[in-house]
Amino acid sequence: MMRWGRQQLVRLYQQATAPKIGLFWVAIIPLAWLTLFFAVPLLEILGVSLGSSRRGVPPFIPAWGLSDEGLFFAPNSDSYALLLRHSSDYFIPLYNSTRLAFGSMLICLVLAFPISLWAARASGAVRLSLLVLVLLPFWTSSLLRVYAVMGLLNPTGYINQFLLFLGLRETPLDLMRMDISVYFGIVICYLPLMVLPLYAVLVRIDESLYEAATDLGATRSTTFLTITLPMARPGIVAGCLLVFIPAMGEFMIPELLGGPEQLMMGKVLWAEFFRSRDWPVASALAVLLLLVLSIPILWLRHAERRMRET
Amino acid sequence: MKTLTVIFLAGAIIVGGIAVFLSSQKSAGHGELNIYNWSDYIAEETISSFEAETGITVTYDVYDSNEVLEAKMNAGSSGYDIVVPTSDFLARGREAGAYQDITPDLLTNLGNMDTSLQAQANSIMGSDKAGLIYMWGTTGIAYNEKMIAERLGDEAPTDSYALIFDPYYAEKLSDCGVVVLDAPTEVLPVMLSFMGREPTSEVARDLEAATKALNKIRPYLRYVHSSQSITDIANGDICAALMWSGDALQAADRADEAENGHVINYVVPKEGSNLWFDMMALPADAQNVENAHLFMDYMMRPDVAAANTNYIWYANANAAATPLVDSEILEHPGIYPSEEARQNMYVLPAYSAETDRLVNRLWASFLTGN
Repeated sequence: MMRWGRQQLVRLYQQATAPKIGLFWVAIIPLAWLTLFFAVPLLEILGVSLGSSRRGVPPFIPAWGLSDEGLFFAPNSDSYALLLRHSSDYFIPLYNSTRLAFGSMLICLVLAFPISLWAARASGAVRLSLLVLVLLPFWTSSLLRVYAVMGLLNPTGYINQFLLFLGLRETPLDLMRMDISVYFGIVICYLPLMVLPLYAVLVRIDESLYEAATDLGATRSTTFLTITLPMARPGIVAGCLLVFIPAMGEFMIPELLGGPEQLMMGKVLWAEFFRSRDWPVASALAVLLLLVLSIPILWLRHAERRMRET
Repeated sequence: MKTLTVIFLAGAIIVGGIAVFLSSQKSAGHGELNIYNWSDYIAEETISSFEAETGITVTYDVYDSNEVLEAKMNAGSSGYDIVVPTSDFLARGREAGAYQDITPDLLTNLGNMDTSLQAQANSIMGSDKAGLIYMWGTTGIAYNEKMIAERLGDEAPTDSYALIFDPYYAEKLSDCGVVVLDAPTEVLPVMLSFMGREPTSEVARDLEAATKALNKIRPYLRYVHSSQSITDIANGDICAALMWSGDALQAADRADEAENGHVINYVVPKEGSNLWFDMMALPADAQNVENAHLFMDYMMRPDVAAANTNYIWYANANAAATPLVDSEILEHPGIYPSEEARQNMYVLPAYSAETDRLVNRLWASFLTGN
């Protein structure tokens, strides 16, 4: 039994590492994953967005699929036309999403950089505790963390209790359902997504580079600007994308911490889906949002490549 | 290779044996029942007593908005046998083919129901087999007695929607916090009734006028949300809110228990209110239809219906249960409005798809303020 297992493993390993065939086997798992969980759902959303709405189960007729009479293919662009006609309704939520997601991203970057740098250059125990401190809240549900933020910012929350106690304010400060509360929520929930990629690049910078810079008379700020920052660039790009993109579509945080001024695309998508009950329009909106979001990704990749070439 | 085959076979037999054992365990009882109901919407003992009495295993899940339930029903194969949509959502769901008829012949306690209320619900459904009223209620105003008196004194119109909908009063209350429900299909009709127009109107001009009137009080609103106001008004974070009856009374109860000095009142304003019915109904693909009827019959028993009302502070539609309901609840005009007050109430229609879209767009423009 044992011997059989080992022989099989050795053979599998040889097959996997052999040129060509090996590559195929290595690639098939991620390929199957991508097909099953990315391409198929995306095609389905596209199919719904090009279909038409109806009252029934399900509440739409897809653009393509199988019916009793066999395969059918009848896409229409009504939902996109409707979105275009009412496009002015979506500018403000899109602007709100971009503003709040971009702002949170910058705050995360400013907060995460010193933390990651400290963790990267600290010794074993300090490094571990720093990383655990960043990661620990990430292991609890983000919903609970958002409720904790509410407990802090409410008119009767801890911050206001403290201010009233000190006599700094006579009436509670309005902190909830404003930009500041949404920034607070997004930063608390997304900070680890910025810290980890930054830490990963910063920890790989060779200490001797800093020593060489100091020996050659570079000031601390010169070292930071000419060594740390350029070498951290891939981490900055990755962290910014990891924070910005999910924050754009965030639903829960602005719903719980924001007010009407913080209406974001996630809620608009929710309303199309649950209130207008128009799944094709909701899907069309999701497809358009995906296209809009790919622009900064493509631009960043392009900029990255050009920087590397020069 | 031989040993391997033996191990595989042995494994297969063990796994198969466990599977057979488990499935026989399940069918040893009297089957299952999957219920999907609103959160905090049933007495603590109701389900366990039903299980003890019938031997049926109940799976009980909860939701907190009609929209979530509707999306699940529309997607199909929800796996539930009884769900509790509000009347207008049930009417639309029936049109879509998401629900099946109940079988009145299987229900022995049908005679306990309040015939006028059940008939009113049936007339919206256009069928007397759509479902049974579980609870019903109104949409009205909850307010903090002291905070309102401090700001408005004797001129406070606490019997009218003017308290929230008239910019004159809303402005004076803006510092202590005014809130409306985030539910366009309920707020716009209420606004229409305040303006003296037909609350159930689907005419675009009416709905646009109601939105325009709402925009006038928008600067004075703390926020627009359907459930946050329960906690906030109980804590004194806000002072007046458009709310559902049971939620408002829950908030009043919480403030009372916390002994924080806040007294919360709930009124159905004189302009009228929408009357809503939450109905026990069967999804089209319910698997345990017979058990579902057993459960509905159980829920119509006077003692069970009264225990639920005494626990959740919502009115049931069970005439036989009335003597068993706590007098504090029964005499509260916010929970059991008088026959006279009920004359002034209307039932929300299920809007057409076009009106839905219009209302949703108007609401988005109200929220964003342009």
